[in-house]
Amino acid sequence: MNKIWLIIKREYITRVRKKSFLIMSLLTPLLLALIMIVPLWLATRDAPAREILVSDKSGFFEGKLVGDGTVEYDFYDQPIEILKEIAFSTGKYGVLDIPDVDIDDPKGITLITEHSASIEVKMKIEDQLKRILEDHKLEISGIDREKLDNIKTSVYIGTSVINDKGQVQSTHTEVAYIIGYLGSFLIYILIFAYGVQTMRGVIEEKTSRIVEVIISSVKPYQLMAGKIIGIGAVGLTQFLIWAFLTFSIYSIAGLLLDFDQMQQMNQGGAMQNTAMNAADTEMIKSVMEKIDSINFGLIIGVFLFYFIAAYLFYGSLFAAIGSAVDTETDAQQFQLPVTLPLIFSIVVLAAILRDPNSSLAIWLSIIPFTSPAVMMMRLPFIANEISWDLYLSMGVLVLSIIVTTWVAAKIYRIGILSYGTKPSYKLLFKWIFAKN
Amino acid sequence: MEHILQTASITKNFGDFRALDDVSISIEKGKIFGLLGPNGAGKTTLIRIITKIYAADSGKVFFNGKELTEDHVLKIGYLPEERGLYKKMKVGEQLIYLGRIKGMPLDHVKERLKYWFQKFDIMDWWNKKIDELSKGMQQKIQFIASVIHQPSLIILDEPFTGFDPINANIIKKEILQLKEDGATIIFSTHRMESVEELCDNIALINKSKKILDGAKQQIKEDHKENIFEIEHRGDLNGLNGFVHVLNTKTIHDDLYQTTLQSATQISHNDLLRLLIDKVEIMSFAEKLPSINDIFISRVGGIRE
Repeated sequence: MNKIWLIIKREYITRVRKKSFLIMSLLTPLLLALIMIVPLWLATRDAPAREILVSDKSGFFEGKLVGDGTVEYDFYDQPIEILKEIAFSTGKYGVLDIPDVDIDDPKGITLITEHSASIEVKMKIEDQLKRILEDHKLEISGIDREKLDNIKTSVYIGTSVINDKGQVQSTHTEVAYIIGYLGSFLIYILIFAYGVQTMRGVIEEKTSRIVEVIISSVKPYQLMAGKIIGIGAVGLTQFLIWAFLTFSIYSIAGLLLDFDQMQQMNQGGAMQNTAMNAADTEMIKSVMEKIDSINFGLIIGVFLFYFIAAYLFYGSLFAAIGSAVDTETDAQQFQLPVTLPLIFSIVVLAAILRDPNSSLAIWLSIIPFTSPAVMMMRLPFIANEISWDLYLSMGVLVLSIIVTTWVAAKIYRIGILSYGTKPSYKLLFKWIFAKN
Repeated sequence: MEHILQTASITKNFGDFRALDDVSISIEKGKIFGLLGPNGAGKTTLIRIITKIYAADSGKVFFNGKELTEDHVLKIGYLPEERGLYKKMKVGEQLIYLGRIKGMPLDHVKERLKYWFQKFDIMDWWNKKIDELSKGMQQKIQFIASVIHQPSLIILDEPFTGFDPINANIIKKEILQLKEDGATIIFSTHRMESVEELCDNIALINKSKKILDGAKQQIKEDHKENIFEIEHRGDLNGLNGFVHVLNTKTIHDDLYQTTLQSATQISHNDLLRLLIDKVEIMSFAEKLPSINDIFISRVGGIRE
């Protein structure tokens, strides 16, 4: 045991000390945060007003099309060519050319800019023109805009389940969906990344020919176990760093952004406010409630279990592959049957989502090859009523780990001392049942 | 005669291939034992059984008279033929690790490392990564790794491959020093010149079977063909039927060197008497076969 501990320590320390580990651990959450935060920040930041010169031959929009601080309009009667020159020589954003359009079916309105127009500006102008024309049509039809807004109805269905104690608990499908996907993908990515690292570690020991030096001091299974556990601990460390950093970044960014958004609402950012109607507010309220009501302790606990178990399950198979070959290129042939079920479990997630309690979903969450990713997907949907299938899935996985590590140790023991020939499946099978 | 290690009728099969067939050897304590044989004869398999990397199909290994256990293996230092180090790991760290997995406490490892680093004058390598060292330097580190825990039995599988002559000599010196200090050494090789120089006892394995073993000198005696080399003045003529001249060459003027083969029953003195009557003897020596000759004659010329 003491020797396994020494091996674990070496595997762990040499990897955690690498610069690439530090960079990956810090950069990944930062990049994720950037991807999420930068667009928000850009959207809420005060950009200088874009000045647009308008040539309105229809004469319909003057006085109706008014700027809102982000886009400002100036109406001119001069021909379009002159407007273009004025605009580009004075640094205006562009020229909006409104020909004498049919108000019922406006066509041929063009925004001319020096550089490509931003989608944001284009959509804003489109939206404003649309509203002006709609108001006009409403007026002709004798409909009051206010009445129409009152007629518009949104429906939001809250979902809840009855738990085994007979109590009703609210659920939130959308939140469950996001948490499920996140859990599944994290498992998938971490298992893949660290499983392959385990395989590389074994191949490295083989190609550097240190392996025989080591196994004259420790048993092959000790070396294999130490390597798998050591690298798994690196993966766990990385995950915990990610979780901690992501949480910190979002907490800090959340504080800053909330403030910005409040400001924006006070200023009356027209678009966002109109889009947000009663149903949306209700939904957001419900999401907040749901997030508060989610049993994160349970989800994180189960996630850690599946992460560790899936890693041991796949990690030992990867270690066995590494031991059987001399180079990573040779390993590809044997990697496929191991990675295929892992990839399959991600592909099948959409089907699981459609009905998390279908028999397909239940079976895939019990079969050890797919259970980690699939169970993480199902978990948020069933977390309130932990049932027999979760326990069964965990039990089956634990038993499977015993089988795969046994098989892996058998292959590993012979594989690490075999050089030169790429083994066939038949030979690997022989190794499993060979005596020492 | 005390034996540190004995193998009794070891047999090992890999599938249909019999790698070792009823191999029994005894390693005398405090001596250097040469385990000889052509490539693929089964030397490495035998060593791997002694180091408990493989289990024998039948037969037993005894260490100091007791059946071999894991604890005994910790008293063995093993330099495998297929050897290497973690390339990205620092020299000092790596040797500490290799010492620790041999079951040594940390301060003991450090103390031993200090001894070896001073001996080889390589103190400034401590923080270097292995792949910054030359091949010869790496071999020295490798050698230290296999003797760091002061093993009572040291197994060196082709220790000189990859060494330049200077470093090979340094290692040769260290091997003799270790023997002096009381260690027993098993020395597996197919390079006969180093066997001639270092080994006290040898065993020859060919095609999975032990075909010869014993004290090196005795084996030479057993294989001698009563060949003598003499230097003499005057022509050597008129010898009786028991002595044949195999070869004569002139050294200068009247001085010749002749190789003779005698029939077994003639003693050295009788032969000398016979010769003295005929010519003036300047020198007289029996020519024992080299280990290389014996190897070739017994293995049948299968040599790399």
